[in-house]
Amino acid sequence: MDGAPLLDVADLHVRFHTRTGIVEAVRGLSFALGREKLGVVGESGSGKSMTGRAILGLVPPPGEVTASRLAFKGRDLRTLAGPELRALRGRHISMVLQDPKFSLNPVMRVGDQIAEAYRQHHRVNRRDAHARSIAMLEKVRIRDARRVYDLYPHEVSGGMGQRIMIAMMLIPEPDVIIADEPTSALDVTVQMQVLAILDDLVTERGMGLIFISHDLALVGSFCDRVLVMYGGRVMETLAARDLAHATHPYTRGLLSCLPQLDKPTAVLPTLTRDPSWMGS
Amino acid sequence: MSGTAHAIRVGGLDVRFGDIHAVRDTSFDVAAGESFGLVGESGSGKSTVLRALSGLNPDWTGGIEILGAPQGRRRSRGFHRAVQMVFQDPFGSLHPRHTVDRALAEPLAIHGIDDVEARIERVLAEVQLGPGFRFRYPHQLSGGQRQRVAIARALIVEPKILLLDEPTSALDVSIQAEVLNLLVELRRRRGLTYILVSHNLAVVGHMCERIAVMNAGRIVEEMTTEALRAGTPREAYTRQLLLASRGYDRAAAAQFRSFD
Repeated sequence: MDGAPLLDVADLHVRFHTRTGIVEAVRGLSFALGREKLGVVGESGSGKSMTGRAILGLVPPPGEVTASRLAFKGRDLRTLAGPELRALRGRHISMVLQDPKFSLNPVMRVGDQIAEAYRQHHRVNRRDAHARSIAMLEKVRIRDARRVYDLYPHEVSGGMGQRIMIAMMLIPEPDVIIADEPTSALDVTVQMQVLAILDDLVTERGMGLIFISHDLALVGSFCDRVLVMYGGRVMETLAARDLAHATHPYTRGLLSCLPQLDKPTAVLPTLTRDPSWMGS
Repeated sequence: MSGTAHAIRVGGLDVRFGDIHAVRDTSFDVAAGESFGLVGESGSGKSTVLRALSGLNPDWTGGIEILGAPQGRRRSRGFHRAVQMVFQDPFGSLHPRHTVDRALAEPLAIHGIDDVEARIERVLAEVQLGPGFRFRYPHQLSGGQRQRVAIARALIVEPKILLLDEPTSALDVSIQAEVLNLLVELRRRRGLTYILVSHNLAVVGHMCERIAVMNAGRIVEEMTTEALRAGTPREAYTRQLLLASRGYDRAAAAQFRSFD
């Protein structure tokens, strides 16, 4: 990591006050993001998605977010008012969600949605936004971008939909992208192609990427650094290439319970959860 | 595989939905007691094959033979006792307002099987759920526990064949390991025949002895798990699938092509 971090998070908590008590989704999470690919891995309920949402101020009510530090390039995100936060979202930090079927507007041409994302943050006329959008569609390796521009979301495949989402999120040229399971709904080969596009763009533009996923093996092969979450806490942070030598029993447990083609076993090891992982 | 009794024989199976030709001239045999995997990407027709086999989709042509008996559009009660299915989504496949007890009692009532109490307790123990789960509702269960109930519901009528449609793809990997171990153990103990449909090559490799790879409605290649493990599939499509399932590799991803 070179220079000051893009994102600096310390002691992040996300709490939900419910009838039956307080549910703590994220408990004292700290990390810094540079111009790198950071994987956030965990099982369902580990708080990985809530972490991504908390950074963008997208935790739904009655959720409550607190942190001792939550800064983007030195700007305190905790004190930003609605309009300031909206100006930041998309322009500087943007988010790619899991399923393009639910994140694209079904009654608007996909190209117009990309152009809208651009015009939201840049003062340009329609023609320039159109040209920019076509260029962006080509960047995410969509052949015949002019034709695709005029399609509606139901007319595109899952892989193409996700590339359109990436185009839409990257066109304002943000510094940080938070991708929440961006390829989990896709077939493996398409998944690899979409990741290659994301990889190239992040590297080319020197962005920071937070890649949220349940797939430890995928994150290990795609990211630079991995943060392993369990029960709203970080179990360990390590370089992706060292994942095979992880020391924490939770990380080791997660890795060993995956069936592997190369190493057949009669019985898969199962994970024994230790209450001490949750701390005091 | 001559000399072995076939549990399932499929010959020249075709399934169409209007203009869409979902399954094209598909043939395979599964021996009694064998575990057979159907792998493919979305839209390859793997689940459609399973639905035609189970009788859930009556619009097919070709031949389906189950335990030596040719099958038509309508299936007998005996068929439904011998062949049971476990679905992908444990949240959608259990009635939200029926307790576990009621979900398990219903197949017994349909098939006129008595000794209900003892059977429910026995099958719950077999899927490693204690008697305490018997009067719970689905919303009081975790995803893994629900999938165990779905497996128990299939097992309670003592089937010979289980059709498993992505049984663990909605579960966390640690829970997936537990459910896969349970399925392996049940097959061994009861001598069941499995067809497992999955997009996950590693899961199919763990569970099955033989694998058929499907693409665009056809079986591209049939092979043993050892052949898959050795990385020697014959077809380029299978090799690409294998490569993609081994994790992200920028150089490999650049080589991928479409096989439609």
